[in-house]
Amino acid sequence: MSQMLEIRWHARGGQGAKTAAILLAEAAAKAGKYIQGFPEYGPERMGAPMLAFNRISDEAIRVHCHVTNPRVVVILDPTLAGKVDVAEGVPDGGIILVNTSESPARMRSLLKLEGRPLQIYTVDASKIALETLGRDIPNTPMMGALMRVTKIMDYDYFLNLMKGELEHKFKSRPEVVEGNIKAISRAYEEVRGE
Amino acid sequence: MGKRVALTGNEAAALAMKQINPDVVAAYPITPQTDIVQYFSSFVHDGKVKTEFVTVESEHSAMSATIGASAAGARAMTATSSQGLALMWEMLYIASSYRLPIVMPVVNRALSGPINIHCDHSDTMGARDSGWIQLYSESAQEAYDNLIQAVRIAEHPDVRLPVMVCFDGFITSHGLENLEILEDSEVSEFIGEFEPEYSLLDPEHPVTFGPLALQNYYFEFKRQQADAMTKVAAVVRRVGMEFEKVSGRHYELFEEYRLGDAEMAMVVANSTAGTAKEVVDELRAQGKKVGLLKIRMFRPFPKEEIAAALSSKQIVAVLDRADTYSTMGGPIYNEVRSALYDEKLRPLTMSYIYGLGGRDVGLDDIRKVFSDMEASRTAGKVSEPINYLGVHE
Amino acid sequence: MIGRAWKEIPRGAVIPEPGNAHHYQTGDWRSFRPIWLKDRCIQCLRCWIMCPDSAIITEDGKVVGIDYSHCKGCGICANECPAKVDAIKMIKEDEADDFDKIASSIPDSGSVGEVNRTEPKTGLRADEGHRRSGANAGAVGREA
Repeated sequence: MSQMLEIRWHARGGQGAKTAAILLAEAAAKAGKYIQGFPEYGPERMGAPMLAFNRISDEAIRVHCHVTNPRVVVILDPTLAGKVDVAEGVPDGGIILVNTSESPARMRSLLKLEGRPLQIYTVDASKIALETLGRDIPNTPMMGALMRVTKIMDYDYFLNLMKGELEHKFKSRPEVVEGNIKAISRAYEEVRGE
Repeated sequence: MGKRVALTGNEAAALAMKQINPDVVAAYPITPQTDIVQYFSSFVHDGKVKTEFVTVESEHSAMSATIGASAAGARAMTATSSQGLALMWEMLYIASSYRLPIVMPVVNRALSGPINIHCDHSDTMGARDSGWIQLYSESAQEAYDNLIQAVRIAEHPDVRLPVMVCFDGFITSHGLENLEILEDSEVSEFIGEFEPEYSLLDPEHPVTFGPLALQNYYFEFKRQQADAMTKVAAVVRRVGMEFEKVSGRHYELFEEYRLGDAEMAMVVANSTAGTAKEVVDELRAQGKKVGLLKIRMFRPFPKEEIAAALSSKQIVAVLDRADTYSTMGGPIYNEVRSALYDEKLRPLTMSYIYGLGGRDVGLDDIRKVFSDMEASRTAGKVSEPINYLGVHE
Repeated sequence: MIGRAWKEIPRGAVIPEPGNAHHYQTGDWRSFRPIWLKDRCIQCLRCWIMCPDSAIITEDGKVVGIDYSHCKGCGICANECPAKVDAIKMIKEDEADDFDKIASSIPDSGSVGEVNRTEPKTGLRADEGHRRSGANAGAVGREA
């Protein structure tokens, strides 16, 4: 259990948290890891707060319950801060990665996490998405930032995998592939810690 | 051995169906089974299977068309969940009484009401006496493997009965997991050609399916069905052994996990078994003699084997993701308890209804069951035989 | 009633033998019997068309008699026989054996007794007889 990395994604319906969790799991699986990727299905309304989860491990994963103590939390929508307890169950030393233009220090105070031994990282994934993809879909750039802060796998290896996945998915639209790869790379570079 | 991939349970089920390449699939979409039908229909569209795909207006029609196709001599499949299975109800009995080897993945979902789309086993547990064989699956891997084996089991000359392959809605159906898959050719070789016993499309040997049988012969046909069920366990074992040769994965009537020398045993089906194994390991590390029996074949119920596996235990807790509303606990509990009745040594037993409507069951819930078992064992009696695990009190 | 044992009958209630309705002798349901009067008959074959039990026996396209093993005595044949022809009479079953009396009571009846005593030509096996099980013909073929 201790070797297993558990991730919880916070987002609103429609922001691509499920897709991100699935893409991440697929990439990790290709890298030889054991994985799970699953959303918490609710009424599935656009804009409603929702969760998605990942488990990544070097050993076969048997548990099939929700992730309650994630070592990593990814927040796709900063407006969830204050409305949802994003740090719930996160153990000491855990990582909170937020899509925001704010600094990590400011985010810590907004999330009321002063004094808790958690690492806060921020990246303006929405801005990156708008500049590279023309739309506010922060999920792919957030994966770039996630690679940087968690080192789940070798970054170049991950980037290659994503390129392959995207090329497969968007055969007729090379600009989408290029935009996403650019978004991932920029977020990887631009993510900030305290 | 096989190729390692990451798939959701529904993708794995659709892939198994693609590799089985049935002659006819008639299906209607319902959450959380929808993906299976969606993926499979794209295989049909892309010419990856030779299947005749029949779009129908309801699950009642889906099962009816599948029955018709199977009686015509086709290898026929469908898939459903929850209300869809409920709407198939009367046709389920017709499929089994006509002895048609239909294979159907059922993605377990709660029955309304209140309306709910999430996992529990009330749908297939409700259909437990419909004359279908039922196999339960812990993971996407097992759903995939069970579907392929189910074809052989259903079509075996000693059996000729339909099979439901059950796995957990959303948890397994929509969760992405690792699994190993077989090559298309390995699957087609393993299942072989379907040889129908009778075919409506054979003009050289015209037959009638579905006649009236009243006081004079209805009973005899039901007796035949009951007899066929007694042949199933041996076939499931044999098919499991052959499947192991192809896949490297071992299948029995049920799985025993650290059960041999256990004093306290938990019985559970489907995805929760994985969570329970984690807790068993944890308690074993603390020196506690605990174990798990995971239900695979629930219909027919392997009573001698289960009694033999559990009779030496001091206490057994059976987890059911469905209630019988009989005031006597869950369906698996009742079967296990009944199976133990003739044993000289009988463990104490407890029933836990859990996870209804998709209520998450976590490690702490499983730990609680083991700690309850320990308390009852120490007390030498069970004060609360019927329990509701994880309900808001 | 003792039927065949469960191990001996086809699986899944399938009837593997086609055309077995012949084996079910519905003739003893009859309380009225149609008498075909050969000399009156104009061979219009309306009775043959309308009979719901295919109990009008024909040879070379001509009516030759009635299959009493399957005729239920519904009287449709007598009703469909053109009024001017009137070649089929319905008589009570318990009086039906007294052919001489019947023949003499019907003018121009011709060789009524002879023809109506013709054995039904339905391909029935000798051992089928007129046994009645009260059961449906379908489920297990000739045994039912």
